[in-house]
This record gives sequence, C-alpha cells and structure tokens, in this order.
Amino acid sequence: METAKNHFLSDMGVMLGRSMRHIFRSMDTIITVCITPIALMLLFVYVFGGAIQADTDNYVNYLLPGILLIAIASGISYTAYRLFLDKQRGIIERFHSMPIARSAVLWGHVLTSVVSNVITVVIIVLVALAMGFRSSAGILPWLAVAGILVLFTLALTWVAAIAGLSAKSVEGASAFSYPLLFLPFISSAFVPTDSMPRVVRAFAENQPVTSIVEAIRALLSGQPVGHDIWVALAWCVGIMLAAYLFAMRAYKKRA
Amino acid sequence: MSIATTKSIQVKGLRKSYKQHQVLKGVDFEVEKGSIFALLGSNGAGKTTVVKILATLLKQDGGTAVVNGFDVASKPDGVRQSISLTGQFAAVDEVLTGRENLVMLAKLRHLPHPRQVADDMLKRFGLTEAADRRASTYSGGMRRRLDIALSLVGKPQIVFLDEPTTGLDPESRIEVWKIVKELADGGTTIFLTTQYLEEAEQLADRIAILHEGRIIASGTLSELKKLFPQAKVEYVEKQPSLEEIFLAIVGKKEAI
Repeated sequence: METAKNHFLSDMGVMLGRSMRHIFRSMDTIITVCITPIALMLLFVYVFGGAIQADTDNYVNYLLPGILLIAIASGISYTAYRLFLDKQRGIIERFHSMPIARSAVLWGHVLTSVVSNVITVVIIVLVALAMGFRSSAGILPWLAVAGILVLFTLALTWVAAIAGLSAKSVEGASAFSYPLLFLPFISSAFVPTDSMPRVVRAFAENQPVTSIVEAIRALLSGQPVGHDIWVALAWCVGIMLAAYLFAMRAYKKRA
Repeated sequence: MSIATTKSIQVKGLRKSYKQHQVLKGVDFEVEKGSIFALLGSNGAGKTTVVKILATLLKQDGGTAVVNGFDVASKPDGVRQSISLTGQFAAVDEVLTGRENLVMLAKLRHLPHPRQVADDMLKRFGLTEAADRRASTYSGGMRRRLDIALSLVGKPQIVFLDEPTTGLDPESRIEVWKIVKELADGGTTIFLTTQYLEEAEQLADRIAILHEGRIIASGTLSELKKLFPQAKVEYVEKQPSLEEIFLAIVGKKEAI
C-alpha cells in the first residue's frame, strides 16, 4: 500500500501552489510586502536622506539591508494570517483527514513564506539598483547575504506559525508582527546608533536587527564582517529553533 | 472476518474528555456497509467529537474505533485512504475558484487526471457555470455543494457529513439530501450527524441518539418508534409547517 510519506514533496508542491495563488490574488498582500518597503526606501532616500548623517556617500547602500528586513517582517505576518484562516475554516482538518503527510500542510506554508520573501527581496534589490545601489561584493558574499536573509525569514516564519496556530482572531494572528516592524527603526538600519540617547542606543546595539543589518552591510560593501555575522547567525538560528519547537507543539495540539 | 466485512464502522466503549469535562462516556455503535447512519444529538452532545475521532483528527482516551477494518488509533493512514470528511463549516478555499479547489483535491488524492475529475464533479454538482469564479462569490448552498464535491473526489468508501445542512436554506437542504441519497444508492457508506430530527427521519437507515456522552437509543426509525408508548388516536387539525408553505410558494422543488 502506498503511504502518505511517498508523496510528501508533491503534496507540499500542491500546498505551495495554492498559497502562492493566495498571495498573487491579494492586492493587500502585494502592497504591504512589496510596495510599502519600496515606498519607504524612496521616502528615506529622496526625502529624509538629505538630512540624515550616516557618514556614507551612498545612502541607498546604507539603507537597503534594513528595508529588506522590514519587507520580510511584513511578509511573514501574512503567513500567520493564512495559517490562521486555514485552521479556522477547517481546511487544515480537511487535509488532515486525507491520506497526505500531515507535516506537508505546515511545511507548505513555510515554503511559501520563503519563496514569496525571496521574490520580494529580489524585486526590492532591483529597485534599489535603479536608485543607485551599488555593491562591490563577489559571488560568495552575495551568497552569504542570501543565506542570512533566508535564515532570518525561516526564523520569523516559525514565529509567525506560532501566532497563526494559536491566535483566536484574525487581528491576533497578525498583531504580533507590529513590534517586529518597529525593530529595524530602533537599530542601525536607518541611522547610526551613535546619535541615539544612551538607553535607546544600548537597546539598538544589542537587538538582533542591528547585527543582521551590520553583517549584510559589511558583506555587500566588501568590508570585513567581524563578529557581527556570528551574532546575526546566532540570533537567527536561536530564534528559529525555539520558534520551531513551540510552533510544532501548537500544530500538534491545535490543528 | 465475514461479520467484520459487513460493518464499515465499529465503535466500542469510546471515551473522550476535554480537561475536566467528559464528553464521551462510553459510546458504542456499528454502521453497516452502504447504509446511511445518523447520529442525532443536541448542540454540544459530542457528535463532532465522535466524527473527529473517526476521521483520525482526534485521539480517543479509551475504547476502540475501527473504520473500514482499520483501527483509527493504530492504522490512521488506512482510515484516511477510506474516508472523507465534510466538516460543519464548508471547508473550501475561498480564494481559489471552484475548479481549482477540485483540481487541488484531485492532486492531493494523487489521481491520474485531476482536470477531468474536476470537470466531472462540476457537472455532477451543477457548478459548471460557476467553475471559474472564486468560491468566495458562491452562495451558501453552492459552497456546500462544492464542499461535498471536494469530499467525494477519489470516491471514498465512507463519507462523514458533520451537520451538512446547518445554516442552509430549505431548498439547499433538500438538494443536499438528494446528494446523500444518491451516494448511498451508489454503495457509499454515509455517517451523518444532525440536530434536525426531520433530517434523520428523511435519510437514515439507522439512527443513534447521543445524549450526555452515551448512545441512549439506536435502531431503525420504526424500531425507535416502538420504544414509545402505543400510538393513541387523537384528532388534531393539521396545519402546514412553514417549510411546507415556503416550498409550496417557491414551488421549484418537489418534496422528496
């Protein structure tokens, strides 16, 4: 007899196709995850940029890593939203009563999150190039940047999975992402931390976004990355593992 | 073995509690192959809990349940190959079209020609015209029809319908009844939960009444009727029910 596991990949492919349709058919999603970060980038470069003292001759270069993180943070809130709706509308139950690998349903959402965020990141980088973003980085640093961003996406996706699976309302499912959206503003993503008051600065320099932003910035500009990359990786992997365990528990319990 | 093969579902001593609250206190029943079985009970009686255990969505605390010869606890994959579940709320993907919903289910059931399967189902359930509209634009009745169509993709031997007509208008309800009867005529075993006595009366070969965690009565309709005191002759002016009036005025469907 054929078992559910033989079809894990094809089942997950069907789930991916389904969720990607959800994204491309939702104007709200496209505006929030792609157009808003681009608008923010335009705003910071062409409106505020002139007044910001970032000790750089190319503010787009300085800004891009933070914009990418904001785009990812808003992207994963939709993963929570989609998971919540699937749970609430009985779609997860329908899939679970069928002979398909149970984990394929959840992994389909995770894969969708990674694929859609990769698309968003590529689009934003292309727009940044048009705005004057330049990088001297070779293929290896670019791969490292891609790796950090995927890891960051996975870490936040599992956080989103906890929210989506345990929320009681639609608002609850996406509200958790608002603090995530603010983290880049209280980091070195837009302005150097030197200018901040002592307490804010202490927070900014020790929260995950700053190390991730600094690591990506250094990689893209061909600077030595120092210990930032290890701190960034530790944050991403740590959040990912902790969130994964909680999300799996919520999945087994509630779905 | 020969006895077991005539039973689609066998449940013995099924128990389930949510925290302190004991929902099922030892439920026993059997469902014959190819029959329509109705589990009747008021809201909160535990009907959905029984369905969820039988559909491998929930683990029981005690007792056994065997579906199509597979134990739900130890052989859930075998159970899932044999059944389909239509839950209380139409579990259709509203962003996708009716056709896309069906193609998706056919792919997940690993059928060879998903598009052909979808076309056949759309035709059978009168959804061909609406096939390429998003399910979010469907009426309640259409959505329920699509929901049931999704359940029937891959021709499961046993179909669970958890309150299939709750929230439907009378016409749609009669449509669902028609579908259920056709399915049973085709040899599919139907396990139905309902809070409407009339629905059980209309459809079911056997009825079991779930009350306070136990089956308090079960049998065919005529067997159940015998449980009550001898029928008395009384003269009552028969008023048409609102449903009869509604259907007479709307007049599109003949009563089943």
